[in-house]
Amino acid sequence: MDQASAPAIVVDKLSKRFGDFAALDDVSFNVGRGEIMGFLGPNGAGKSTLIRVLCGLLRPSSGRAVVAGIDITDDPEAVRRRIGYMSQKFSLYSDLSVVENLRFFGGIYGVSPQTIAERVAFAVEMAGLRGRETALVSELAGGWKQRLALGCAILHQPAVLFLDEPTSGVDPSSRRRFWNLIHDLSADGVSVLVSTHYMDEAEYCMRIAMIAAGRLIALGTPHDLKRQSIGGELVELECDNVGAAIDLVAQMPAVRDVAVFGNSLHLLVDEADSIAPEVCARLAGHGLTGARARRIAPSMEDMFVHLVRSAKSQREEATR
Amino acid sequence: MDDAADSAVEVHGVAKRFGATVAVDALSFSVARGEIFGLVGPDGAGKTTAMRMLASVMTPDAGSIRIDGVDVVKDPAQAKLHVSYMPQRFGLYEDLTVDENIRFYADLFEIPAKEWHERAQRLLAASGMTPFGSRRAGLLSGGMKQKLGLTCALVHAPRVLLLDEPTTGVDPVSRREFWQILYSLRAQGVAMVISTAYLDEAERCDRLALLHQGRIRYCDTPKRLKAGMPGAIIRITAGNPRRLLDVVRTLEGVSGVLLVGDGLHIHVDDAARRLPALLHAMAPAGVQAGDIQRVEPTIEDLFVGLLEDEPQAA
Repeated sequence: MDQASAPAIVVDKLSKRFGDFAALDDVSFNVGRGEIMGFLGPNGAGKSTLIRVLCGLLRPSSGRAVVAGIDITDDPEAVRRRIGYMSQKFSLYSDLSVVENLRFFGGIYGVSPQTIAERVAFAVEMAGLRGRETALVSELAGGWKQRLALGCAILHQPAVLFLDEPTSGVDPSSRRRFWNLIHDLSADGVSVLVSTHYMDEAEYCMRIAMIAAGRLIALGTPHDLKRQSIGGELVELECDNVGAAIDLVAQMPAVRDVAVFGNSLHLLVDEADSIAPEVCARLAGHGLTGARARRIAPSMEDMFVHLVRSAKSQREEATR
Repeated sequence: MDDAADSAVEVHGVAKRFGATVAVDALSFSVARGEIFGLVGPDGAGKTTAMRMLASVMTPDAGSIRIDGVDVVKDPAQAKLHVSYMPQRFGLYEDLTVDENIRFYADLFEIPAKEWHERAQRLLAASGMTPFGSRRAGLLSGGMKQKLGLTCALVHAPRVLLLDEPTTGVDPVSRREFWQILYSLRAQGVAMVISTAYLDEAERCDRLALLHQGRIRYCDTPKRLKAGMPGAIIRITAGNPRRLLDVVRTLEGVSGVLLVGDGLHIHVDDAARRLPALLHAMAPAGVQAGDIQRVEPTIEDLFVGLLEDEPQAA
């Protein structure tokens, strides 16, 4: 096998059932070497189940998965030696110091006594923890803990890294710093599968896989996904009295959906450019002057919510 | 907005120290009825401390806080009748059902059964939770727990609602539903103060205060904050964008570069002036004019820029 070009993760028609419940249903995608794949889905969509299957902790009901060149059902132990895993809770020992945590996790991951000092030094450097080696974890702010948890997960030089909502509750500057580290690891050839609920974070990924109710509903680069249809065009409407405007525009047949967003309304319509002036005219006719309407590009979140909802209505259609 | 009678929340010159650490300093802002006010800032900026003082579970060292006209320091018991505080982990009883949790909070506030029952039904219906009344709270998903927490926090019809990072760990679909509930509360005149670390969420607030080292650095609507950001953001869409980093960093007028999954976000002083040079420098790497576009800055761009310009505390 050509190691350089083989995908780091192969997911091939993977299904996992718990009794009658299909947690994963015929999911297929690959993650390339050094690729950062974002993994998005509502709570209960099957994200954690898939990560557990890929870590060799759960056996699939059918289908196949290969991680770092190893079929997960053949040798789950060997898979676990080649992967790193970081959960949203960070799982650090708060009454141990930074270096003590690193040594502890190095031991668990089977890093040899000959290399542990060098790997701990690397992790401290990479995570920007120099000067804080003897600090207790309980004294560290969220962003520091997060980088330490990442350092712990890469001590054994894994080929594949799984990150489960790694930046929950971490502030924006720390988050940017964390993503720079992920991109550094990726440049060194580490493949990363990262689950997140935040769309601004999904933008850091090279490609995104979206799942809902156990099925893959979209796969592509952030740029490509945002250019997909959301079933219409979006108009942003700004006006003084949002509460009064919402009823007036909701009655317009051309307006398929209205959602409040901050001080403005987002309208889902077929053709934004022709409807925007009609909306303003209707509001002016009811005494709401000075309204501004313009076409806006859908956000990744608009895209995501649209896909999840249409997948849901398709399922309901199918079971009717 | 200066008219105190119109303000649901009035914070004036509030300070709080923990030993030598100044957690909050010279904090002043007001929130009108029917306004959603966001507090954003890095870890340790003072967000949670500010929230706790507003909720009158912590006393300020200096300054005054009035909630619905009531001084929370002098009369916390009276202030608590009008305010509701939803901390990051709302205290739900996991072995009680959804209905029992709501009832517990209603009893706590001594709300007559007829009153809270009708209100709870309405709130549960608005969040799609009606079918789950007899489910144990411990068995709810994260998003549903948040919605139940909100329902419990609203059962005594507060005029001011304080939410500390309310949607951490909640998926986008549930988050949207959660915000639609907040907007309907806003339409009823409820004032809200929300702290968040996620700036795509901050953009949903009416006004924002950017908090750093205990002080407010900027306070305005999201739109005006973004419009006031110096310079512009240019996006280059490219496969393997890392290879472009070194070149971009050397260009004149570039003050920051952010590596995203399928491109770069470049902060420049003047988009029109810098675009030609950027295009020229990128051409050898195969980047074409269509791959380069000006994009709107986000609140996060503004925020990170602000923090980078200042000396960092240890």
